[in-house]
Amino acid sequence: MNPLRAKELVIDIPGRGDGQPLNFSVEPGQMWGVLGPNGAGKTTLLHTLAGLRVPRHGAVHLGEQSLTELRRRRISQHLGLVFQERQDGFPATVLETALIGRHPWLSPWQMESGDDERLARQALEQLDVGHLSDRLVNTLSGGERQRVAIATVLTQAPDIWLLDEPSNHLDLHHQVSVLELLTDQARGGRSVFMCLHDLNLAARWCDHLLLLYPNGDVCWGPAERMLVPTALERLYGQKLITVEADGAPVFVPVRS
Amino acid sequence: MSRPLLKPLLILALASLAAMVLSVGTGSVSVAPGQVLAVLLGEGSNLEQTLVLELRLPRTLSAFATGGLLAVAGALMQVLLRNPLADPYVLGLSGGAAVGALLAMLAGLGGLIVSGSAFAGALLATLMVFGLAHGTGSWTPSRLLLTGVVVAAGWGAVITLMLAISPAQRLPGMLYWLMGDVSYARSPWPALGLLFLVCLLVLPLGRSLNVLARGPMQAAALGVAVRPLEWTIYILASLLTATAVTMAGSIGFVGLVVPHMLRLVLGNDQRLILPACALAGGTLLVLADTLARVVIAPEQLPVGVITALLGVPTFLYLLYRSR
Repeated sequence: MNPLRAKELVIDIPGRGDGQPLNFSVEPGQMWGVLGPNGAGKTTLLHTLAGLRVPRHGAVHLGEQSLTELRRRRISQHLGLVFQERQDGFPATVLETALIGRHPWLSPWQMESGDDERLARQALEQLDVGHLSDRLVNTLSGGERQRVAIATVLTQAPDIWLLDEPSNHLDLHHQVSVLELLTDQARGGRSVFMCLHDLNLAARWCDHLLLLYPNGDVCWGPAERMLVPTALERLYGQKLITVEADGAPVFVPVRS
Repeated sequence: MSRPLLKPLLILALASLAAMVLSVGTGSVSVAPGQVLAVLLGEGSNLEQTLVLELRLPRTLSAFATGGLLAVAGALMQVLLRNPLADPYVLGLSGGAAVGALLAMLAGLGGLIVSGSAFAGALLATLMVFGLAHGTGSWTPSRLLLTGVVVAAGWGAVITLMLAISPAQRLPGMLYWLMGDVSYARSPWPALGLLFLVCLLVLPLGRSLNVLARGPMQAAALGVAVRPLEWTIYILASLLTATAVTMAGSIGFVGLVVPHMLRLVLGNDQRLILPACALAGGTLLVLADTLARVVIAPEQLPVGVITALLGVPTFLYLLYRSR
C-alpha cells in the first residue's frame, strides 16, 4: 500500500492566486477530511490528487512515482474516486454499474468472471443496495445512487479512496454506516481522503483534516490540532458554539 | 458475468440471412428461397445464376453493408457523445458527403471520383461539426446536436444551389444519390470487409466504451485513457459513415433507430451492441431496399425514403421522451 503525496502542489483555480503550496502525505491507515466553504476548491483538489486535473505547480506522487509518469490503468488500480456528480446518459442496472469497478483489473479481451460478479454483489450488499441489483440506476433515489457509487469503488478495491461528499443525499443511518465502512477500510491499511460538508462528521470520524480557505490559504494536520473553533469560524465565516458529546467535539452554528 | 453474448448475435445473424434470401428472391422474376440457396451453392439455371449472383446479390450485400456501417457509426457516436440522439445523418455528416458527391457530378466526373469526393465531404463535415461544437469546452450534447442541425441546414442550402444551377440531364442521378439509393453501389466487398474489421476491433475496446458511456471523468478514474479512446471512436465513426454514404448516398436514421431498438432489448453492453448493430442495421436496410423495389414496382423508390419514414417518428419519440 502506497502513500499519496502532494509535493509543492498548487491546484489550478482560475482567477485565484497560488496561495500556499500543499505538502502532505496520506499514509496507509489514515482517514483525512477536507473542509472548506462552497467554491473553496475541494472538488478541484480531489480531482487533482486523482490525476484528472493538471495542477498549476507541483506534483502528486503515488509512492515514489509521479502520477504523470503512470498509466491511467495503473493509477486506477490504486486510486478509487467517488464523484459528487454522475452522468447516466444510457440506462444501466445497479449490478452493471458496480461491475465497472472491475475495469482496471481486467485485460481488454477478458469478460467479467463469476468472481468479479461476486465481488460486485458483495459490495452492493455491504452498502445495503443488494436488493436493487436488477433495477435501473436512473430509477433510484439520490441516496441509493450515492451508495451504488460507493459500492462501485468498493468493487474496484483501491488502496486509496478519494471521495467527494460521500455523505451527500444519505440519511443519518447510512451516513454513519458509510463512514464506518471507510473506517474499516482505513483499519485494513488503506487510506481515505474525502471532502465533507458536515463539520461534525469530520470531527467524529477523521484523524487528519485539511482546511481549505476560499483565498487559497490552507492548513492541515491531525484532527485534534485542526479543530480550533476560531479557525473553523474563519473558514466558514460563521460563529460556532462548541459542545462535547460522546468524546468528540460538536460544532453548532450560532443563530444570527 | 458469463452473459450469453452469442445467442442474440446468432438470432440476428439468422435474421440477416433470411432477409438476404428474401431480398435476392424478390423482384420482377421471383426465385423461391430454396432455389436461392441452391444457386448460391452453384446450382440452378444460367438465367437464375445471372439474376441472383450478378444482379441481385451485389445490391443486397451493398444494402447490408451500408445499413451495418451506418448503425455501427451511429452507436459509436452515441457513446462518444453520451447521447442517444447522435447519428451521422442528424449531425450533418451525410450532407457534407452529398455536397462532395454532387460537386463531382456537377463537374461531369463519375465513378471513383464521385466516391472519393463524397468521402472527403463526409470527413470535412465531421471535422467541422465536431470542431465547432467542441470549441474550448467539451462536447455537450445540446451544443453538438444544434451545431449538427445548423450545419446540415447549411449543406441543404448548398445542395439546393447546386441542383438549381446544374444541367437538366445530370439531375436524375443527383436526386437519386441525394435520396439514398443502393442500386448504383459498386462492389460491396470493401465495405463488408471494413464492417467486419471494425466489429473485431471494437470487441477489445468494448468494456472501455461501456465505461466511457458513463462520462469522461468516471472513465478516466477507472483507468481508461479517455483522449486516445475518444479519438479512435471519432475516426472510426467518421470512416464508417463516409464509406456508407459514399456507397449509397445519404440514407438517414439507420444509425439512430437500430442502436436505440437494440439497447431497449439487449441493454447497453457495447461488446454485444456493436456487432448486433452491424447485423440488425444490415438486415433493416436489406428489408427496406426490398420494400423500396416492390412497393410501386416496376418503379423503384429510393431506400432513403423508407428509412426516413421509419426514422423520423423514432427520433421525435426519443426527443419527446428525453425532454
